[in-house]
Parts: sequence; C-alpha cells; structure tokens
Amino acid sequence: MHVSPTVNGTTQAHDVEPRLLLVHYLRDVVGLTATNVGCDTSSCGACTVLLDGESVKSCTVLAVQADGAEIVTVEALARDDELHPVQQAFRENHGLQCGYCTPGMVMAALSLLREHPDPTEEEVREGLEGNLCRCTGYHNIVKAVLAAAGMPGATGVRA
Amino acid sequence: MSILGNRVLRREDPKFLTTGGTYVDDLPIEGALWVTYVRSTMAHARLLGIDVSEARQAPGVVDVITGADVDLAPLAPFPFIPQTMAWPWLATETVRFVGEPIVAIVTEDRYQGEDAAELVFVDYEPLPAVIDPVEALQGDVVLFPEAGTNVATGQPAAGATDLFEGCEVVVRRRIVNQRVAPCPLEGRAAAAVWSDDGRLTMWSSSQSAHGTRDELVNRVGLDPETVRVIAPDVGGGFGAKVANYPEDLLVPWIARRVGRPVKWVESRSESMVGLGHGRGQVQDIEIGGTRDGRVLAYRLSVVQNAGAYPRIGSALPMMTRMMVDGVYSIPRVEFASTSVVTNMTPTVAYRGAGRPEATAAIERAIDLFAAEIGMGPADVRRRNFIPKDAFPYTTSVGTVYDSGDYDRALDLVLEAADYEALRKEQEQRRERGDVVQLGIGLCVYVEITAAGTNGEWGAVEVLPDGRIKVRTGVSPHGQGHVTSISMIAAERLGVAVDDVEVVYGDTDEVLKGVGTVASRSIQKGGVAVHRAAGEVLEQAKKVAADLLEANPDDMVFDPVGGRFHVAGTPALAKTWSDLAAAAPGGLTAAVDLEGGGPTFPFGAHVAVVEVDMETGKVWLRRLVAVDDAGRILNPMLAEGQVHGGLAQGVAQALFEEVRHDEDGNPVTTNLADYAFISAAELPSFETIHMETPTPVNELGAKGIGESGTIGATPAVQNAVVDALAHLGVRHVPMPATPQTVWRVIIEASAPATG
Amino acid sequence: MIPAPFDFVRASSVDDALAALAEHGDEAKLLAGGHSLLPLMKLRLATPAVLVDVGHLGELSYVEDGGDHAAIGALTRHRALETSDLLRREAPILPAAAATVGDPQVRHRGTLGGSLAHGDPASDLPAVALALRATMVVRGPQGEREVPADEFFRGFLETAVGPDEMLTEVRVPKVAGAGWAFEKFTRRSQDWAIVGVAAVHNGSTGVALVNMGPVPLRATAVQAALAAGATAADAAAVADEGMDPSADLHADADYRRHLARVLVRRALERAGA
Repeated sequence: MHVSPTVNGTTQAHDVEPRLLLVHYLRDVVGLTATNVGCDTSSCGACTVLLDGESVKSCTVLAVQADGAEIVTVEALARDDELHPVQQAFRENHGLQCGYCTPGMVMAALSLLREHPDPTEEEVREGLEGNLCRCTGYHNIVKAVLAAAGMPGATGVRA
Repeated sequence: MSILGNRVLRREDPKFLTTGGTYVDDLPIEGALWVTYVRSTMAHARLLGIDVSEARQAPGVVDVITGADVDLAPLAPFPFIPQTMAWPWLATETVRFVGEPIVAIVTEDRYQGEDAAELVFVDYEPLPAVIDPVEALQGDVVLFPEAGTNVATGQPAAGATDLFEGCEVVVRRRIVNQRVAPCPLEGRAAAAVWSDDGRLTMWSSSQSAHGTRDELVNRVGLDPETVRVIAPDVGGGFGAKVANYPEDLLVPWIARRVGRPVKWVESRSESMVGLGHGRGQVQDIEIGGTRDGRVLAYRLSVVQNAGAYPRIGSALPMMTRMMVDGVYSIPRVEFASTSVVTNMTPTVAYRGAGRPEATAAIERAIDLFAAEIGMGPADVRRRNFIPKDAFPYTTSVGTVYDSGDYDRALDLVLEAADYEALRKEQEQRRERGDVVQLGIGLCVYVEITAAGTNGEWGAVEVLPDGRIKVRTGVSPHGQGHVTSISMIAAERLGVAVDDVEVVYGDTDEVLKGVGTVASRSIQKGGVAVHRAAGEVLEQAKKVAADLLEANPDDMVFDPVGGRFHVAGTPALAKTWSDLAAAAPGGLTAAVDLEGGGPTFPFGAHVAVVEVDMETGKVWLRRLVAVDDAGRILNPMLAEGQVHGGLAQGVAQALFEEVRHDEDGNPVTTNLADYAFISAAELPSFETIHMETPTPVNELGAKGIGESGTIGATPAVQNAVVDALAHLGVRHVPMPATPQTVWRVIIEASAPATG
Repeated sequence: MIPAPFDFVRASSVDDALAALAEHGDEAKLLAGGHSLLPLMKLRLATPAVLVDVGHLGELSYVEDGGDHAAIGALTRHRALETSDLLRREAPILPAAAATVGDPQVRHRGTLGGSLAHGDPASDLPAVALALRATMVVRGPQGEREVPADEFFRGFLETAVGPDEMLTEVRVPKVAGAGWAFEKFTRRSQDWAIVGVAAVHNGSTGVALVNMGPVPLRATAVQAALAAGATAADAAAVADEGMDPSADLHADADYRRHLARVLVRRALERAGA
C-alpha cells in the first residue's frame, strides 16, 4: 500500500504492508532510529512522535494511517549544533540517563508544553503519565520540563 | 580549582537528545537475519513433540532450530549448586517456566519471525507447577528429579537455642520481599557477525562486554582470540543484564550456523518472562530486646525463590547475610537461608541485589519491636546504632564497615522532614478521624558496594595532539561514566574534560573489564583510571625533564593547562603534545586494580504517605533522603542515581509485583498489567547532602548506584504501616496496593473474636 | 508484537465505509483512532481480515449545538472533547471524563465513537454516556437510527452497532448547571479504572458504573433509591446491587463492590444528589 507522509519536513513515498507500525516505518523504512520501542501495549511512550502537531505513540498507529500526515521525530528538533529548548532543558537538568526513553519523552514534553505553556508540577507529572523511564525517577525530567516552559521557542519545531 | 565535585553536564547527552543512542536494534547490519524465539506457554510440562514443519514453510524462514540441533552443553549453574539443575539452551524434554525458549526461528525480517512462530506447535504434557518457594521446600513437586530436591543452595544457621535469652520482648513475623521485574526500558538484544577470517563480532545489550565474551568462551566454546564483544548504547540494566541468558549467547552460534549475520531483539512481552526477576525472598524475622529499647538478638531466616534455573539470584542471600545487622550493634545475630527452584523465570540481580532484602527485614523488624514496646521508631534506632567512633566496625557475621555516622544521617533527615510537625499533623488527623490519614516511615540503612568484584582495569594514553584517551573496564548504561571518568583524568592531567576520550564496552579496545555492576564503577574503575593517569604524569615528568635538561625532581606540573616546566621558569613549558611526541614509547599506562575491598554507603530516608481509609489507596507525598556515598565526584550524576533508585524503591513498596496464577502462568507480562511506576505516582524527591569519605580508596568514593532503592522501600512500607498504626496494624504486605491496604484496614477494624 | 496480516481499506466517506463493511461482512472491522483495536491486534487477540479506516473522516469530527443537545461526531477525538467550550458549558462531565482516558497520546488519537462502539466495560466514556442519557446515531444500509444509551451496550465488547453499521454521532443532552461527578479509581494514573462512577444530577440523577460487570452499567438500584428519597449515603449503599463485577489482577469482586459503594457516595455528594 502506498503511503506518503511528511517526516521531519521531507515528503516520503513508500509502498508498505498495511500492518507496518508507524514506529517501524520511521525506523526501518525512513531510517530514523531515535524513536524507540519499549513495550507492546502503548504503555511506555518510548515511541512518541508528533503526528500533525500532537504527541502519539507510533507503535499504536499504522504507517498507512499516517498517509499524508506530518510527522516530527526528535531528530528534527536541533538546528545544527543548537539544541531545541526542550532538549537543552533535559541536558541542563540531567533529565536523561540511559537515553532509551529520551526521544519519546522529549516529544511528549514538547506536546505537553504546547497544551500547557506554563504547567504546574502536577500538570507535568500527569502529562507524562504515558511515558515511562526506569533511570531518572522522573525527578529531573519534571524539572527539565518546568525549566523548558520558561524558555523562548520551547513549543516550536522547524519541520 | 579541582573539577571534582562539580556538576559537570553530561558529555553523553547531545547524541541521546538529537539522533538518539545506538542500541542493538539501531545497528545497521547489512544482510542481518532476524531471530525469534518460541517460548513455553506452560509453567511445567513434559515436551511430547515440537512440530516445526509448517513454520519451516512460512514466508522468509531461513532456519528453524530446536534443542536437538544445539550441540552445546547446557548452561551449568554455580559449582555449589547441583549440576543437574543446568539450563538447556532450548528446552527438549521438560519446560520449567512460562517463557522458557523452545525453538529459534530465523527469518529475513522481524514480522516474518512472529508469523512463523505462530505456526510452531508444541505438544505439552502438563506437570504440576510449584510457585510458592515455601511449598517448593517441601518437595512435593520436584523440578529436577535427578537432583531429588528443589534446594539449590543454602547457608545453615548456627542454630543457637538461647539466642533470645534475656530478652524481655521477642517479636516474630513472616514477611515477603516480593518478586519484581527489573524493566530496563530496552529489553535484551544481541547481534552477531562472523567475518570471512573467522572472527566474531557480537553486540550485546549487556552490563559487561568482557563478561559476555567470557561466557561465549566458556559456554559456547569460542576461542577468546576470535571473539569481539561490543556493548553499544544500553538502555538500562539494573542488574538483570549483568549475566547472560541462553537467548543472547545462542545468537553467535545461530549466525555461524546460518552463515549470515543475525539480530535478536526481545519484545516487552518476552522480556517480562525472559529477563530475570529480582528479590523474591520469604523472610522469617525474630527480634528481641529490653523494654527500654535495646535490641539484644535478631534472627533472619530466608527462603530465596531462585526461579526455574538457579542463577545469580540463588546466591544473593549471601549478600543479605553480609548486611543482616543493618546499622545496628546487636549482640547476637543469626542468619540462615535456603534457595529453592520454582516454576518461574530465573531470579537474578536487581538494583540492590540481596541488600534491599536485608534492609527491608531489619528495618521492618526494628519498627515491629518499637511498636511492641511502645517506643518511637526514631528513638529505638538511635538507641541501637553502631556509634560513629566504632569504625571500622566488624559486624556479627564478620562484615567490616569502613566508615559511617548513622546518628547524623538520621538527625539530618528528621530535621529536613520536620519530623515533629509531621507527627503533630498525624495526631490531629487521627483525632479528627479524617478519611485521609498520614503515615511517616523511617529507614536507616547501610549497604555494601563493590562487593565480591575486586578489580577493575583502566588505561590512560596521551595522544599525539595532546588529547587523552582513557580505556576503562566499566561498561556504563546510563550512569554517565564518559563524563565522570573524563573528569577524573582531566583533573589529574590538567586537560579539559572534552579533551578526554573514554573508550569502554569493547573487548578489542579494552584489555580487561568487570563491567558496571554492584555500584563499583567510580570506586574501582575510576580509581584505576586515576592511578593510570598518575603513572602517565610521572612518565611525562621524566620526559619533560629530559627535554628541558633538568632534574625530574625540579619539574613542576601546572594542572591549569596541563604543562610541565622547571621550577621558576614557567614560560618554558612543555605541553602534552610536546611530551607525547618526545616519549620514545609514547605516554601510556595501564592499571589492573587489585584489592581495596568494598565500601559501605549509608543513609536515612523519611517517607510521608497519605492513605485513603475508605479505599485503601496510598499516595506517597514526600520522600526525604540522606544518601552518603563518601566523596562525590559529580553531584548531578550522583543525585540522578539516587532519584532513580528512590523511584524503584517506592515502586516495590507500593506498586510492582510479578504475579502468577496458581498454575504458574504469569499475569504481569506487559506494562499495562505490571504496574511500572510513572511520574504521576511520585512526588519530587528531597535529597540531602552528606559526605563521609571512605579510607578504602584515594578518591574517598563509595558507590551510589543502588542506595536509593535500598533505603526507600522500607521507608515507604513503614510509612504505610504507620498510617494504620492507630488501628493496631503492625504490618502491611508489599506492594501496598489499594486492595491489600483495604483488607488490612478491614481486618484491623473488625471486632475482635475468640 | 506485530498484528497478523490484514487488508486495508481507506474509506473516503461514511458511505464508502458502509459499502466496504457491506462487502466484507464479519471479516471487517472499522478502525477509528485504533487505540482499542490495534493493541489487541498486536497481541494477536484480534485478527480481522480487513480494516476499514475511518479515523481521518473530518465529516464525523465535530461538536455542534443541536438545540437541546450537543451533537458530537463519532470520530471526535478525546482531546477535542476535553477542550470543547460547548461541552465544558453544557455537559462538563464529558470533557472531564475524557481528560482521564489513558494518557495524552491516547487522547490525541482515541475517538468518542471508537470508545463507545468498542463497548468495553472498563472504558470511561460509556458510563458517562449512560449517566448523561445520551443518544447514539447509527447509520447502516437501512439508513439512520437512534439508539438510547441504555439500549446500546449489549454484552461484553458488544453493542447495538451491527456488523454492517457505523456509529456516526452521539447526542448529549445539555445539562448546563447540573451537578455532576466523575470518580475514577486507578492504581496508576494511566491505568484503566478499577471502578469508576459517572453521576449527573439534573432534577433526577443518572448514575453509571465503570468495570462493575461485563458491560457498562447503569446503577439502577441507586437511582431508584434516590428517586424514593434516600440520602446519598443510603443510595450508595446499594451501588453494587445487581452487579456482577469480575476479579482480576487489581481487584477481586468484593473489593470492586466496596469501591462502587464508596465512589458512588462520593460522586453523589459531589454532584449534590
């Protein structure tokens, strides 16, 4: 089946099996491997990307459902050597350790900030309920998202 | 001026944040086939037949492998365990847990593997399963008939009959330290490529590349010279990726058999039954003492659930024993353990590995004792602490604690928590009969780090351009060792942190290594690099003296900018690149660290919970933690380790448990059913700084990787009990789920009968 | 964990989707947001031969003023319910309950119609539809029909929507100013409810329960007690009457019954019933 989503600003065109999950499309077909798979049940959020501007779990979306949609992965956020404010906040606040949940967590945080530009700690914690991390205990992730909320450009993406 | 002790941002982060790490699944391996394991769906059964004929015909199938095809000896357990309890690579006659691999299917791509797996038909003859380790002890169902017992190993008690003599009060209770799933966010994964010249490169999601290499040599019979193991970016381990498993060790064997590169990445559903589980102890605690709060005797008897095939988990009660006394000076202590096999996933190390179990037991015991004599939990603890002038202190079982100040840790945490105000608030809520009651729990712990893994290897080399290359045997997977190890080298050699390249996790690049296990990386790996850098510094001083035609004793090393000059003439200085060029054999040193022994971090935690008395739901409101790990190299990284540990500790107390039905079917096989803790269930943590350096190593550093977990679990559990104490409740099992807490409340509130 | 192979039809309109259903019969399933169906398919607990994708049909994504009711297109996503000014004003329990479904990512994809048509007793929105006495609009080869919420949920994962039909609209009576409460009891924030309660007090009181039986259920005993003049506490005491809750990992039947009584009381008190 033919699909033609826009991924990080580039229009793609591929023939895929209908059952191909969006996350595998991004990783194996488009070759963007930052987005990870951490579970089978839409629980962990490691595969979170933006689909038409909103966070979704790309393990629970078929590539064919994303035909014509605009997809943004973490690979699109930094400009050259300059980190996106959310990435920068994660770095400055030590919001990552093994890095496996990080791409999904950053995209979930970005989407959260678009909906709650000035969130409370509780809103951040509730807003990240669908993104699991085993390393950080979430303390510094929450801190990072709160810090990012004050940074200019925190909700923007280039793609 | 030293960089040590500073919050240096991680050098690792830009990659993880922009392109993502390179985990095994991300490796672009040309022509790699995909391995899918077909696993047992029964906890205990004889295999009557395995029909793979349809699977062989499925699209994309290159090979289908059963146990009969594998010409390797089964994975033998430790020497002190009956050798008949060996783990087959792929089950052939009997399966002993749900998730045990039976067939390996090799396909062109991953989707085909799952399709073909559906076409394998296994004919099982069910056998009764044994799930409860105490039942397993009775031996009605035996997993290994040749062994004649389910007992894998044990540590007998001295059997003192007069242990509690002179005690005015003795409290006894059985408690369970439940099974939990380590859940690194990346599951197990491996890839293997054989080159034309007969060399193997294996990538493994492992906490020790060298350990994996040794396993391939010992278990798969490969020549060490032909094996290169690389641990690429690893998405967490938490102990469960210290040792290897049949599934990953078989990957190179499969690659050789099919003559093509192969890759295996487990799904979460597989990981929940295939990756080893942690904890799993049934503990009988007995504690006795005087009515004025002095503990005189303590006995801990453990039944360790080893799972179906005894692995490191079966041996962890040794660690529990080492730390049995906790932070207390108790005149008479006895410990016994028996490790038994059961029809479930093998038990392995999980963050803390035997020590959280010791702490949970003694810290529950102290609270039970305090409740019995009607004394405050803080007071009883203070009354029995090992005093700070008693270090080095030898415990009842011969463990030698290096340094500590438990009184101060408790004082600090109580002050930070405002303990008195919390007690007052609790009293008010009780008086008002509020629906939401308050509970305050304490835990004061000591733990052992770098136990049983004496050495580590590190090397330092000055590159021609003056930059520094460090090779280390530690194998980080989230700890930030690229940053912390470069800080050590940078400080010693006077270069910028960014001018240090850290190489790890590659057996071709790093001569030796133990890996990142047992909270040992800085105190062992860091110290090895520190010493190697010191040796390079001495070499350089001699070379500089030659170049400047001076006596080496007159040479001065200026750590700002990393230059050598003759005393009094700083203008004529030699840089690292000058010296690297001038040194005949280059400037390089390797240190194979030996001895030094373990260190004993300690701390005190206060947990504050609210309990809805109508529903049993518990909310953790505060977690205040003092974690003293000696001298801290990078407080940001150390706090990160503490935070993660705290969350996992809370998770065990309130949320997580690996559960099975009575037939041995696991019912927590995904992250929807297994209550992996999320941000929404946790508060921000309150961590308090305390540093008591160890005399054991020159960095003064102890380990920090596991402390948070060890202290948090009992603090939170004790808080839940404390919230219900006014009902006469003395214990609440873990995890304190709403239903469990509700039942405890109902039972405590019911009118007494009989 | 990958779905078994299937054929995929991307419907260009509701009529197109109905034609595809007519063609493929029982073998076909409608795919809206996919957040109920795809997880089941990945675990291979569901293996439809054909998926008819309607998720992108803009014609069914709306919240409109229908006079005495709010008319909600079946493919309106949870996030759109959460943020709808009309619903916040006229039926605030619906956006509030929608905001507790799953997690933000799920709410960005999941749809009201998908959630109702899946008929899962553990889902939040069916109970809200019952409490609000919503009306479902179902379209099929025979045209359009209206089904009251009370006749919509038929059995475990079974609704009044036939295999050749599609839920197209949900009509929610306007209840601006009514008392309401949605009580959802979970272990973790992202979990399904162990038990949930939706209550709307607008003259009479509508009460419905999540996860207290094989289908989303109206708490008829509670409503009857209230109608007969019982206090909230007394009415809540019969919350589990006639219910047959299941036992699972998180709760046995007794605990569910107890939770239903506690949560109904709290909901009634908050709703001012």
